[in-house]
This record gives sequence, structure tokens and C-alpha cells, in this order.
Amino acid sequence: MLELSIDGQPLRVAQGTTVAAALTASGDHCSRTSVSGQRRAPLCGMGICQECRVTIDGLRRLACQTLCRDGMHVETRP
Amino acid sequence: MTRPVDLLIIGAGPAGMAAALAAAPSGISIVVLDDNPLPGGQIWRDGPNAQLPTVATEMRAQLQRYSNIHLHSGTKVVAIAGPKRLLLEDAERGWVLGYEKLILCTGARELLLPFPGWTLPGVTGAGGLQALIKSGVPVSGERIVIAGSGPLLLASAATAKKNGAEVVRIAEQAGRRAVSGFALGLWRWPNKAFQAVTLASGAYRLSAHVIEALGSDRLEAVRMQTGSRVEEIACDRLACGFSLVPNTELGSALGCEVRDRAIVVDEWQTTGLTDHYAAGECTGFGGSELALVEGKIAGLVAVGRQEEARAHWPERQRWQRFADRLNQAFTLDPALKTLATADTLVCRCEDVPYAELADHASWNSAKLNTRCGMGACQGRICATAAHTLFGWEPPRLRPPFSPARIATLACLDEPAA
Amino acid sequence: MIQGTDIRGQAADVIIIGGGIIGAACADELASQGLQVCVLDCQRPAATAAGMGHLVVLDHSPAELALGEYSVRLWRELAPQMPENCAMRNNGTLWLACNEEEMAEAERKHAALSEFGLACELMSGAALAKAEPSLRPGLFGALRVTGDGILYAPNAARWLLQRQPERVRQQHAEVVEVQGNRVRLADGQWLQAGAVVLANGIHARDLCPDVPLHAKKGHLLITDRYPIQITHTLVELGYVTSAHKGNGPSVAFNVQQRPTGQLFIGSSRQFDNEDPTIDAAMLGRMLRRAMDFLPDLGQMNGIRSWTGFRSASPDGQPLIGEHPEQPGLWLAVGHEGLGVTTATGTAKLLAAQLLHTPPPLDLDAFLPQRFIGAPAHA
Repeated sequence: MLELSIDGQPLRVAQGTTVAAALTASGDHCSRTSVSGQRRAPLCGMGICQECRVTIDGLRRLACQTLCRDGMHVETRP
Repeated sequence: MTRPVDLLIIGAGPAGMAAALAAAPSGISIVVLDDNPLPGGQIWRDGPNAQLPTVATEMRAQLQRYSNIHLHSGTKVVAIAGPKRLLLEDAERGWVLGYEKLILCTGARELLLPFPGWTLPGVTGAGGLQALIKSGVPVSGERIVIAGSGPLLLASAATAKKNGAEVVRIAEQAGRRAVSGFALGLWRWPNKAFQAVTLASGAYRLSAHVIEALGSDRLEAVRMQTGSRVEEIACDRLACGFSLVPNTELGSALGCEVRDRAIVVDEWQTTGLTDHYAAGECTGFGGSELALVEGKIAGLVAVGRQEEARAHWPERQRWQRFADRLNQAFTLDPALKTLATADTLVCRCEDVPYAELADHASWNSAKLNTRCGMGACQGRICATAAHTLFGWEPPRLRPPFSPARIATLACLDEPAA
Repeated sequence: MIQGTDIRGQAADVIIIGGGIIGAACADELASQGLQVCVLDCQRPAATAAGMGHLVVLDHSPAELALGEYSVRLWRELAPQMPENCAMRNNGTLWLACNEEEMAEAERKHAALSEFGLACELMSGAALAKAEPSLRPGLFGALRVTGDGILYAPNAARWLLQRQPERVRQQHAEVVEVQGNRVRLADGQWLQAGAVVLANGIHARDLCPDVPLHAKKGHLLITDRYPIQITHTLVELGYVTSAHKGNGPSVAFNVQQRPTGQLFIGSSRQFDNEDPTIDAAMLGRMLRRAMDFLPDLGQMNGIRSWTGFRSASPDGQPLIGEHPEQPGLWLAVGHEGLGVTTATGTAKLLAAQLLHTPPPLDLDAFLPQRFIGAPAHA
């Protein structure tokens, strides 16, 4: 198991889990807040739509194409 | 810049893997890139909840055995750095890679069309749901509605069921005549017949489509139209995709001809551009079997083994017939173009509603006036939808082809080796 | 016989070719003076959409300084009426000095702008670091010009075109020929007016080959949205002292953070290159330069890049006034990189000449006569 945090909340996931999958165990399952304030969650699951872009250790990355790593800090709010 | 590689393959799905394996025995240096964490493409996407078919695991094992094949997963093409040079990025770095020959195996994405409520968390693509489940999203005990069009709905339903979800409805927009004609013809492709079995599932409805996703903060129910009947179905997830759209952007940026949303290739899988080939879904939707044989042909042709490539033509033709039949059966109902209402967001990046777009005459006009397509997805979702909804020709992509770090883009200043 | 005109034989009092920021400002000003205006635009990508929307006073010449100061003042007066989507901000410009030589340029600029009455102040390296902590440490200092601003020019142009609908009419049409005060559209129709104004930037050459304009290609890139970390528009003084001097391709650091949170990164300059495709090496150079000033920029995602063409006259100043050899044809072109900044002032100067009212500024430096017709200084 790996341990990471999503918006400050610690979380344990299995090896090979994507960050998109880890989000479903987090607060509201969402990845970002839209321009008009709506919360959004992963949509296409394959790196196209950019809805799942989160901030991982300070960098903007796609949750659906990123595997969880031990000690990762994921943020879904600006 | 490092030394140019003999053969660069973009995409590690069935076509890309088959191309690499066909070219590898020649001993040339081969690099295969894929933006996903693991090879396999979408159809053979690996992850904690994925069960790969034997052919996929075998091909992956073979890829590893060839010392002249280098696989870069989690790597995307960001820009064209010059003639036969591409700017690449992975999680750690950006770099320019030169190549002698290139095979585009960039696959396809789902056609996602806007409908009221489609931005609610809990709504995904149909293939999108499948990909998310395979990568570890738990769905056990969830009620799931799958809607849209094409065999992907069935594949997605199968994955969801296997992982403990209750698939309460599969809504196929195509009508009975089209779909049963297709199903009856499946005896010609025996390993496709399993799909016909699923057609008999009690949850499957024809001439059915989603009208609206309902919920406040999250999806709670779906309003569906089946024939002339409208009903509301409570559910936790809605997976909705209207078949596939080839990923032609990179090919188009390189200068390959694109027609009817697909990269144009000849019988050798050659694009109009010297030393540039394309195979698989980016040349038109046709399923993994067609992608495999196209990839094989492209890989053989790229290393000069035309005669061997020619031997695979009949097999390609056979799968092409299947693809043609499929595309015919699942032609989209024009009614799907009117699902969006005035306040339905079409551009999900910039939150631009349908009403703001509808009066414009072209994609460019809409973009400049509304910011539609100016967000991170670069119009891949909304310009593709707008093409279907309004008939607007999508724009040619400029770099970066997908969001990329400024530090990566700065590598473009490196002089050619 | 001219076809396609109304019963008075006139499409409007004034026909303006080009609905970009210059055409829009001219239309709005002329309408304010009571004229009926018809704006013809063919919706092709042009400089207004491509530019940065930086309202900045430059001082390469006294005339440029005068027009810039006047124009930015007019923009600030308009600001309270502008809709939010114009994204007008009076954020100020910081001219960055990396070394003593550039600081000397900052001091010279400070003196010149102050003498003209512009609010500006010199800042030490320490004060600069405090004002914009994202900048790399160790910069020498800066000049802050407080009156400068930014706006989103496509929306500002649209607002100007739409706010007097009783007097400003827009028509989607391509003009293929101009003869004095009449124009021929792509469909063959001729339109006529009391005056025709060319306000179509670099494309003015296509309709009026004796307008001396050449294109200077520029690249721009915008990032994804990030929390606000940069307040001012940041421009290197090397822009003046080295980077954009001479005729070779050049890059200079120029960054602003839009109200959306997106960082807007410029700038590059290439001469004699009218190919709109991205030049990868130029884009790379431009971004490398930007990272040199903003080290954290490298880790941010860029999402779009594009090019545009500044339409430059031989002396860098716009042509505002009647064509010396074609009565009825008026010019408002050649604004180079300052079209958005000087659109408001340009409109006033044009209107004053058209309506024979006293001009707010000395006109000489902007008259088309300096390049067209009998040599002015023979």
C-alpha cells in the first residue's frame, strides 16, 4: 500500500492505482473547480478532456494518467 | 538532442505494439511513446482492476524482450521541433527526439456530446468509465447507467459488472433494424459474437438516449428517452459516449492529410508524407483486430519488408469489412444534436454555454467571441462536439499539443543536431 | 451608378474597414459625434485578437509619448463603463533593469515620463523584489509606470462596436477594392460613404498598396490558470536597450497575469516573415528568456501559443489622416505593437480631422503625408 494526501487528508491506496482512482476515496471525489465554480470529476479517463487536472506536489498534472506514489500531495482546490 | 532513432512509434496500443514487434527483428532502433502510465492503449488498459487478454500480455512481454525497442510510457508529444524532430515531455523532463521514420498510432477518443447535467461529477464517458475502473476506481455496489452508441457501451458494461456494479440500463441510440442487422452478421467474425450475447441483456434498450443528468452537487438520476417514452432512473454513475473519434491532431500538425476525421493512408499504411505512416484507430475506427493488422503492416513496410506486409492485406480487408458494418449500424441519430439546452455548457474548460455559441458562423468566430476552446483541453472536447453539433471544421492544433511545462517548451530553442 | 446603396446613395456617413480595436474605437468616436457609421469586417484572425492587450506608454519619440499618454488616459476614463469581460485593469507596468546600464535607461525614462506629467517611480532592487516576489532575485531595479493597464482587446472592440447601435452598424463583408470614398465587396457590390476609413492593420496593404506597412511577426503563449502571483505587467528594459534593437529576430521578456490567473508570455519579433505558423525555435527562445526572469514559470503549464503580425510604418508611428492622393479615403493604420494602447487617441485624432475640429494633439507626426504623395521634407 502507498500513502498519499488529497487536500491534506491522508489516504492509503494499492500500488498501481491512478490518482483519478484515489480521488474516489477523497472528500467529494472531485478533481478541480471550474471557471464558474462548479466542482468537476474525471470525465474521459484517457488524458484528453483535462477535467481531472490536479496539482500534484506543486505541478498541474492529469490524475487519470498519473500513478499514485508514496508521499504524494494532491490538491484539487486552488 | 540525442541521436535520431530509426523508428519512432507514437502510441502503445494494439497498433503501436504490433508495429514495433513487426519492425523489431530488423534490428533497427525503435522508440515507442505513450502518454499513459502503462502500454496497451485504451482497449488493453492495465491497472489494479484490469484483466488483460492473453494476446495483450504476450505482446507486452515480447516488447520487453527486444533490446532495440525502448518504451517511454507517461510521455506525450508536445510540439514539432523541426523536420523529423518532436518535442516530448514526461513527468520529469522535456526533450527533443529526432527520428528517421514515424508511425502514428495515436488511437481514438470518445465523442462526448453535451446534454444538460453532463458536467455533474458522476458523469463520465462510456470508455471513460471503463478506463477509470481498470485504473482502480471502485464501483462495487453502484448503480450505473451506460448510454450513447456502439459496442463500447457493451464493453464498458461488462467491465462495470465484473467489478461489482449494477448496470441498471444500457441505452443505445441506434434503432432495432440497424443493430439487429449488425448482430445477425456477426457470425462472419466469430470472436465478436460474444457481443451479440450481451445484446440480449435485460438492461439493454435500443432507440434510447439520455435527455438529462439530474442532481445538485453530484449525479443522482438520469432522465432517459426510449422510443417515445421518458423515464427517470436513479443511479450513481452515468457513462455516456457516442462512439469514437480518431486522434488526428498530431498527424494533421505534421502535414498528413485528414479526411472524414481520419488520417488518410494507402494500402501500405503510408500517409502522403514520406517516411510517415499511420495505423489503427487514428486512420478510422475499426476495433483492436484491425488496429493489430494495420500496425503489423506499417511496421513491416517501415523496415522495407513490403512482401510480408502484403501477405496481411486479406486479413486487414476482413476486419475493415467488420468496421464498415459497425460504423453503418451505429450512425448517430440527428436528434442527439439537440440535447443541449441554452444553458448547457459546451466548453467545459471555459464554461461557455450552448446559447453563446449557437449564433456564430464558424469555430473561429465562436472561439474569439466566447473563449470556447481556449482552455486546457484545447478544444478536443468542445471543438469535436461543435463539429457534430454545428458542422464547424475544427481548428488545426498549434503547440503545445497538450498542456506542457514552460521548461519543456523552452527546449525548442535547442539548435538541431 | 453605384448599386446597393440606400436612397441617398450612401451606405453611411462613414464606412470603416476593419472591426478590430482601431476600427471599433473610430466607429465609437465618430458615432459619438453624431455620424452614422458602417463597419465592414471579414472576421479573419488579426492583431486585435492576437495581441497582449497591454496599455503601455512608450517614449521612443515625443509624439509617441504624447499619443500614448493621451490614449491610456482615455482608456482609464472609459474603464468604469466597460463590462467585466473586457478585463480592464489599471495594474501598472514595471520596466525591469538587470544591470546598471538598464537602470540608467530606467532613469532616463523616468525623467522623460515625469516631465510629461506621468505618474511613475524608480524602484530599488529590494523594493522590486518586494513588489513582485516571483521575479528572480538580484535584479537591479525597476521603473513603475502606474497609469498603464491591461484589457482583453477582442471584447473591448466588441463593446465599442455595440454600445451605440443606433449609429454604428456592423456588416460581415470582405472589401476587395477601395477607390476614395467607395468600396467594392467580395460579392461585387459597391458601397459609398462620405468617408471610408482603412482600419484593417496589415491588410491595408492589400487594398491600398502605397501604404508603407511591413509585418513584424510575434509569438505569444498563455498558461493554464494559476493563483495570482504577479500584479504588474513585467517588461524588461532590455526591450529598449538591447533585445529588440536592430533588424534581426529577437525576443524580450514581457509577462502579465490575466484576471483569469493565466500568465501571458511574450514577446518575439521577426521581420520579413509573414508565415503565421509557430516558429518552434523562436517560441523556445522567448520562453527561455521568460524563465530567466521568472524561475518558477518553468514548472507551469503552457496551454496555447499563437502568432500575430504587428503592422509597422517606416518610422514606427501610425498613419492617421486622409490619404493625400485619394480624397475620401482615410487611414488609421500602422500602429505596430501599440494598436490597443493608442486606439482611443487615434479615434480622436481621426475624428478631429474628419470633422474639422481642433485636434487634441499635434498631428504632424501621424499624417500620411510623411510617406505618401509629394515628399513632405523635400
